[in-house]
Amino acid sequence: MPDYRGLVDEFVAKLNKRKVEGSQATARLTAELLRSVVSLQKLPCKNQASVLIESVRSVGVQLIAANPIELAVGNIVRRVLHIIREEDVSILTSNTGDLNLSTESGDEEIEQDNNPSSFAASIADIYRSSLCAPSLHALLEDAPSTKAPCRIYTSGVDSEEKDDKHSLSRKLKHFVIEAIKTLIGDIDSCHDQIAQEAVEHIHQNEVILTFGRSRTVLKFLRAAKEIKGSFKVFIAEGAPRCQGHVLAKELAGQGLKSTVIGDAAVFAIIARVNLVIVGVHAVMANGGVIAPIGMHMVALAAHKHAIPFVVVAGIHKLCPLYPHNQEVSLNEMRSPSELLEFGKFSNFMDYSTGVGAPPLHVANPTFDYVPPELVSLLITDVYCKEEEILKLENRLWTSNVVKKLVCLTENAYSIHV
Amino acid sequence: MDPRRMPRTITDPKIRQVGFFAPVAPPDVSMLGPPRPTTPSSPVSGNSLSPVMIPPPRHLSSDNVLLSPHIAVDSFLPVGSYNASEFSSSTATEDFSEDNFSKDSGWVLNENSGKAAVKPNTHAASGLTPAVSNEGPPMELQKQQPPASSMPKKEQTTKAERRALQDAQRTAKAAANAGGSKKSISASAVVNSANANTKKVAKAPPQKKDSSSVAASEKRGGDRQTDKDRKKDAPHPRMQFDDEDRVEKAKKRSVVKQTESRNRVELFRHLPQYEHGTRILDLESHFFQLDTVHPAIYTVGLRFLTGDISGGNARCIAMLRAFQESIEDYSTPAEKELTRDLPTKINGYVSFLIQCRPLSISMGNAISFLKPKIPELSSTMSESEAKASLLSDIDRFINEKIILAEKVIVRLAVTKIRDGDVLLTHGSSSVVEMIFLCAQELGKQFRVVIVDSRPKLEGRMLLRRLVGKGISCTYTHLNAISYIMHEVTRVFLGASSVLSNGTVYSRVGTASVAMVAHQFRVPVLVCCESYKFHKRVQLDSICFNELGDPDAIARVSGKEDINYLNDWASSQNLQLLNLTYDATPSDYISMIITEYGMIPPTSVPVIVQEYGGEHLLI
Repeated sequence: MPDYRGLVDEFVAKLNKRKVEGSQATARLTAELLRSVVSLQKLPCKNQASVLIESVRSVGVQLIAANPIELAVGNIVRRVLHIIREEDVSILTSNTGDLNLSTESGDEEIEQDNNPSSFAASIADIYRSSLCAPSLHALLEDAPSTKAPCRIYTSGVDSEEKDDKHSLSRKLKHFVIEAIKTLIGDIDSCHDQIAQEAVEHIHQNEVILTFGRSRTVLKFLRAAKEIKGSFKVFIAEGAPRCQGHVLAKELAGQGLKSTVIGDAAVFAIIARVNLVIVGVHAVMANGGVIAPIGMHMVALAAHKHAIPFVVVAGIHKLCPLYPHNQEVSLNEMRSPSELLEFGKFSNFMDYSTGVGAPPLHVANPTFDYVPPELVSLLITDVYCKEEEILKLENRLWTSNVVKKLVCLTENAYSIHV
Repeated sequence: MDPRRMPRTITDPKIRQVGFFAPVAPPDVSMLGPPRPTTPSSPVSGNSLSPVMIPPPRHLSSDNVLLSPHIAVDSFLPVGSYNASEFSSSTATEDFSEDNFSKDSGWVLNENSGKAAVKPNTHAASGLTPAVSNEGPPMELQKQQPPASSMPKKEQTTKAERRALQDAQRTAKAAANAGGSKKSISASAVVNSANANTKKVAKAPPQKKDSSSVAASEKRGGDRQTDKDRKKDAPHPRMQFDDEDRVEKAKKRSVVKQTESRNRVELFRHLPQYEHGTRILDLESHFFQLDTVHPAIYTVGLRFLTGDISGGNARCIAMLRAFQESIEDYSTPAEKELTRDLPTKINGYVSFLIQCRPLSISMGNAISFLKPKIPELSSTMSESEAKASLLSDIDRFINEKIILAEKVIVRLAVTKIRDGDVLLTHGSSSVVEMIFLCAQELGKQFRVVIVDSRPKLEGRMLLRRLVGKGISCTYTHLNAISYIMHEVTRVFLGASSVLSNGTVYSRVGTASVAMVAHQFRVPVLVCCESYKFHKRVQLDSICFNELGDPDAIARVSGKEDINYLNDWASSQNLQLLNLTYDATPSDYISMIITEYGMIPPTSVPVIVQEYGGEHLLI
């Protein structure tokens, strides 16, 4: 029935084959896919929201199953589900408002609650509590909405949409799609948002170490370069994929003095480094991070030398899950051919010839878990306004803040997918 | 000190004897001919405990005990046997002082090795004569060498006596220092003016070592040999490649033309950073001009350069074997003496090897073992005898300090492997490999995790050999160390050197492995022969290191699609750094296994003090 089947299958296949690289790209593609799912989904007259939620959820489950390691997929699905619920609630409340107090109706901005009366507000609250707990974004950006529900009345009465149920369904769809578009925009701009913080952390003539390749780090360093002038960067190559080479080339192209070192030399070099800045794969609920393999070693070395270990990550990487047995459950073994060429050792790896266990195993995991105590700072793109919740007014979070935040929002996330 | 010493009248002569231990010992070796056969043949002195002998290590199990006393007895035998027989005659002393004199000029000769070798040498010799004759008191002391009758007492040395001896040694040394430094001023002024350029010539570590020690030897008389030796052993300031003057001078002398790499890493300006690709070709083209370099040395040097021979022990043995070959082929030129000419040759070889690849600390130790042996040769020896003596010295060094030591370490380390263990190692260490093989022969059930790191990927060869032997292996790369460490029960690491603050200086990545193991509470066992121990202290991996070929970082073997850095040299801002070694802090090391036993890293200075220095070398 649904027309988006093909799109979903295509994306699932891509995820399965690990063709999509980088959590930002994945997050963006997921959001785009969900947008088309929402727009292609035919909605009945009643229960539009639940139908929409159902379809998004089923797609989300598929996507997550396709690549359970890519936590950004799940994060985005949760966000979209939340958006749908929020829009639904806001439309419902506006409708109840319309029904009860026909003179006043809300055609305001969706993001804001437009509850004209306390009665409507109370209904909305009921809906809120039943449908969804406050989302992460609600907490961060929109938080005052629950506390200050009273709004200035808007005078304009929109007669066109009031009666038309069909237009109302389109309205929900429309709003959801708009919200997803904003989400995509947020994902796109997260690097630049993070890069704004660079000035505060990098000084002239500092020596910075980074590991592997991260676009966030690239933009971060570039921004720092523009404002602060020259500093040196050591780049650990990040074997076996050696993505650090790419980053080094890009940074050198930007005019930064960059030096590529082998991963083994990290411990030796870190004694002369002022700051470690890395990009990660995902940020877990306890403030620990899932990062490319080798990061734990780097973080540990930084910790031993008392050098700040700074993680830059877009908010789409913040995941409400707690890491448990992360070495296995949140990891992925890549092909041994990255370490040993096929042919050279294949006779030892052949299970059929030997008796019992083969004499050779090759371990090539993808991710490392860095516990929160090794992470000095997390820099994200969301500007955190809610002082009462976070006691912070910037984008710099320590792991404690992450924990707090996730505690507040985890219900919103974990219940619904 | 003195009051303590006085009551024991017997110890008094013995003190003297020990005080001049080093200068006295050599002539006896040479006079007895090849020491190897003679030593075991005299059973009486074989049983005697030399005053400086250190009791065998406690940790050795019963069958290991066999080995270490043997080494000890061997090493101290010549002293005892010689003293008894030869020292009563004054001719020996005469002979000896002459010998020493010639040796000194020999060292001067080293200095000027190259063009105007002979001329400054005569200068130096003439300048030296007053210096030697100045040395009245020490000469007298020497003549009061213990009579033969005192020797039997030696066997009864107690702990207290030995201690008294040490004290006396120290005082004697201090006195010698004080006296020598005053006298030396005038003498050294003469010498310095005669060959003003000698000190500047110093280029590479061993030669520089000489330059400092030559100054000492010129100043002091022959029997200050002990001091001189000590000076040589002391850590000398290394060549700093950011010092332009010296680099320029070194360049003029070097045989191999080395082009400096274009993108030098700022942090490592003090280390040589050369283009690696051009050097082999350059060496090849110089083959027929390098008549000063023996073909064996040339071969070994080339193999160092290409990385064909790597690993501390292998390199050290290859170098010593090449020296042996060159000594075998050596014939003293007319109007020259072996004791003067051969050190020059050896120095030339060493500097050639350094140009191929900087020496490891263990090789430096081996050279500083070999070099003093040459001037110690008696001038009365025929050339073939002298050569035979040197060859057997080298043989003994290789056998006892490397091969035998490895065997002892293997026996000790195997006791630390239990059934069901998962052993992790990094890179490829010869000793660690032997341990695994030995454990397998003993029928222990264990698994090996081989951690490898780019760009050398030495672990692959180890993996191949171990898997070939049927040992179950897991292969992974260094970045996955935290992943794999959960299942590991022991970490075995090799070392290039162990420094006296307990720092283990080893292949790059070792520090990371040790750190992660420490974090996961896995014991880290470092296996290292004691000839690799060094007095030097190092806190980080930056002040002293060796830089490998930067292109090796850019190349990713087996994957042509990773070629982002192919043209890295064209970019001014891009540098590649290929460190070869790193320093592991002693906190991460649970135990160091040497042939003297299994010790904590805090006990390294003990080994260096007690077994190192003069005693290190048999």
